Formats: sequence, C-alpha cells, structure tokens
Amino acid sequence: MNRLFQLSQQPPQWLSQSDPRLRVILALLLALVTVNLSGLAILGFLLISALSLALSAGIPFSHLLKRLLAFEGFMLLVLLFVPFSIAGDSILQLGPFAASEQGLERAITIVLRANTVVIGLLALLGTMEPEVLGHSLAKLKLPEKLVHLFLLTIRYIGVLYDEYQRLRQAMRARAFVAGSNRHSWRSFGWLIGMLLVRSLQRSQRILGAMKCRGFHGQFYLLDNQRWQNRDSIFLTVAVTLLAIPLTLDTLL
Amino acid sequence: MSPPLIELTDLSFGYPNHPVFSQVNLHLNEGERLALVGGNGSGKSTLLQLIVGLQSATEGSISAFGQACREEKDFRPVRAKVGLLFQDSDDQLFCPSVLEDVAFGPLNLGKTEQQAREIAESTLQRLGLEQFAHRITHKLSGGEKRLVALATVLAMEPQVLLLDEPTNGLDEDAEQRLIALLESLPQAMILVSHDRRLIERLATRAVLMQNNTLVDAVMHSHPHQHTHSHLHIHVAKNEVAHQHDKGVPDHADHHLQD
Repeated sequence: MNRLFQLSQQPPQWLSQSDPRLRVILALLLALVTVNLSGLAILGFLLISALSLALSAGIPFSHLLKRLLAFEGFMLLVLLFVPFSIAGDSILQLGPFAASEQGLERAITIVLRANTVVIGLLALLGTMEPEVLGHSLAKLKLPEKLVHLFLLTIRYIGVLYDEYQRLRQAMRARAFVAGSNRHSWRSFGWLIGMLLVRSLQRSQRILGAMKCRGFHGQFYLLDNQRWQNRDSIFLTVAVTLLAIPLTLDTLL
Repeated sequence: MSPPLIELTDLSFGYPNHPVFSQVNLHLNEGERLALVGGNGSGKSTLLQLIVGLQSATEGSISAFGQACREEKDFRPVRAKVGLLFQDSDDQLFCPSVLEDVAFGPLNLGKTEQQAREIAESTLQRLGLEQFAHRITHKLSGGEKRLVALATVLAMEPQVLLLDEPTNGLDEDAEQRLIALLESLPQAMILVSHDRRLIERLATRAVLMQNNTLVDAVMHSHPHQHTHSHLHIHVAKNEVAHQHDKGVPDHADHHLQD
C-alpha cells in the first residue's frame, strides 16, 4: 500500500535530516523559477539538474520512469497538437493544417518545464512520508481544513482500497470477467455503489469514534519538525543557485 | 452501596416496523466486568452505542454516574468517563501518527499540548507500546491497531470500558496480550464477545440478549473428560515406521489452550 505514495525507501541523510518544510519551499521555488524560464538550453540544463536531484534522492530509476510514463502520454499530445495551434513560419503542412516553428518551440518549452517540475516534485516531496508532508503544510499555514482533508484522505485511502480489493476478489471468485457488456457495466456499478455505501457507513463510525473522545470540531497536530540553522543555509544556497538560471534567462 | 455506574431502564431500540430489542434493563456496578452475549444482529453493539449516545433509544432511560442522559449535551461528559473500544480499529485510529491519536482525547478534554503529549507517552508506556509512538497508524498490524486503539481510550482515564468484540480478528499472541492487559485494568467493563476464552478469563457476571430482550445469565463451567480419535497428518512414506512415542497424545497436541 505504501508503495502507492512513497518513492524512496531510504532517502539520503541530507534529505531525511532536513526540515520537511525546507523541501516544500524548495519544490515551490523550483516550480516558480521553471515556469518563468523560456530559453530552451537553460530549461534543458534545469531538467538535467532535476533528474540528478531525483537520482541522488535515492529514487530508483525504474520507479521514476514508471511514474513519469503516465504523464508523458499527456506530454506527447502537447508535442503533437501545440505546433499546429500556433501561427508562425510553417515547417510542415498536413492538408489544411500547418505546424509552425514557433509552435514547435512552444511545445518543447512546455514539455521541458512540465518534466522539470514533476521530477523536482517527485524528488523533493515524493521521498517523504505523506503524513510528514501534511504536517509541514499545516506548519506553513495552509488552511487547516485542506490539511485535514489531505491527512484523512491519506489515512483512509488504503482502507478503502482494501475494501475495493475484497469486493473485486469476491467478484472474481465467482468467475466474473470484465467485458464490454451490460452485465459487466451493471456489476461495476454495484461495486462502486457498494463502495460508496460502505465509505459512508465508515465515515459515520469514525465520527462516532471521534465524538467518543470528545471531538468538538478541533483537530490537533503534534510533530517534531524543527527548523535548524542548517536548513537556513541550505535554503540560501538553493535560492542563489536558482537565481542563476533566472538571471541568465533574462540576460540572454 | 454506591449507585450503579450505568443504569438502563426499560430501554427499547428499533427501526419502524423492525424492533431490535425492547424492555432492556441493565446495571453496571463498580468493579464489575459484565459479559454481554447473544446472537449476531441481536443489538449488542447498538446497546453499547446507546450508552454513549451515538444512537438514540426509542424508549426508556439511560443514566450514567447518577445523571439521567437524554440528549447530546448530556452524553458529552459521559463520553469522557466511558471509553468505547470499537470493533474495527481502523474506525478509531484516524490521526496520522500513533502519538497524535492517543493525545487526541486528552487535547479535547482541554489539556495543553505538553500535558497531552505526556499523557499519551505514559499511556503507551503503560501498555508496552512506547516504541509505536511515532509510527504511522495505517501501517500497524491488526493486533497493534487494537492495542493502540485501547491506548487512545485509556488516555482519557475512563471509569468504565465498553469493549465491542475486543479479540475479534486477532491472532493467538495478540489475543493473549490483549486479555492480559484487560485483566490488569481496574475499570468496570461491559464486554460484548463471542470469545469464550475472553469471557472466562474476564467476566464476573453475564447477561444474554435473547428473544429481543436482555436476561440474566448464569455463568458456570464444569470439568469434563472426553476421549476422541483425532486426525494426524504426516509425510506419506513414513507410514511404516510411524509410531507414537506416547500411548496417548497430550491434550495440547490437538487443541489450543481451550
């Protein structure tokens, strides 16, 4: 179950010992800088840096690839369609549609930016426990309701997944094979309906359990996140490094 | 003699056209461990939920610690003193980490973060669970979850424990550990269970849900002797050389600690 969320079992020391908030801030900064760059060479360089960051964060290359695969399909669509949707110097004519040089450049920019951001997020956020991420978001003063929604989702997504698996196995045990027919669609409808009913019942039981322990609308988080001098130094270095491509991009 | 901790008088519960139970009378005194037994769907779990006001009765009255409880606000103080252990621990453990879960109750009772942390840590230590404090709740095993759920209840220092099938789904080791723990607790308890071993070890009195109402039951055990043949499985080709060293195998050879 845990493999659903966490990419790296053992992140290196420099990552695991830093304050998780540092990683959240760095991820945000990296994303902001990336979307503001437009030079292809600089973007390419940043992508390679993000990749090496991900590998040095202890993410096995095969895991990284698997995660990226789902996303690259979407990127392929961008590469295919964006060149045709921007006017400019034509480089390819397909019937009434023309691909432009400017469009191609834009498409490559989008692909480079998106990959950099996603790989950076995987490296910085994908390597921490989702519960820890929730705690740091709370400490960074994100709205409390969002944080608790996030934490409760993390807590129960596995429980619901197990419930789904049990129902699915019960179907399979009675020789159900999914096909494209009325019976299959109705069975899946029941499966989803059953999951919804059970989730609702569970949520009522959870609320009952909360009330039993005196819940009155207030959640509490206890954590051990401490911002240290080392984190400040790290942040300063990272900001300086990120400023370089940004200045280069405006100068060139 | 002091008044009963919990007293149910002529309590009924049901849905329109489908009564679950009616005219239930029950009292729980200090130091008692009451076993509540009965068939599936007879409303045993519901009865526990009625005591802490998670469901409301159709008729009858509930009084806890000498106070009549009718509506939600009457039940709130009761919930701090009556700890309910849920059948499914996943329902009970909803916080990210074990420590936060155990501290949730004390924090709701108005303790400061520091106090709640200390209470949580000492409760976990008392149950021998201190190494779990910083574990993520959804990664615990079934037995660990049940023990942590018990810790979350005990952290509120309840005077009464309501246990809904506490040994359900636990393996032999986890069950023994839980029973030993429960045995060491001073609280009065109501235990809903089908587990004869649990009832035998813990209960001081029993009531039975039967024919839609609650009747007093007599608990007794009688020693008995029996002989029977039993299945013995071994590798096929050893058949010829096979011999029992002892004339009669030990009872424990083919029975759990029944």
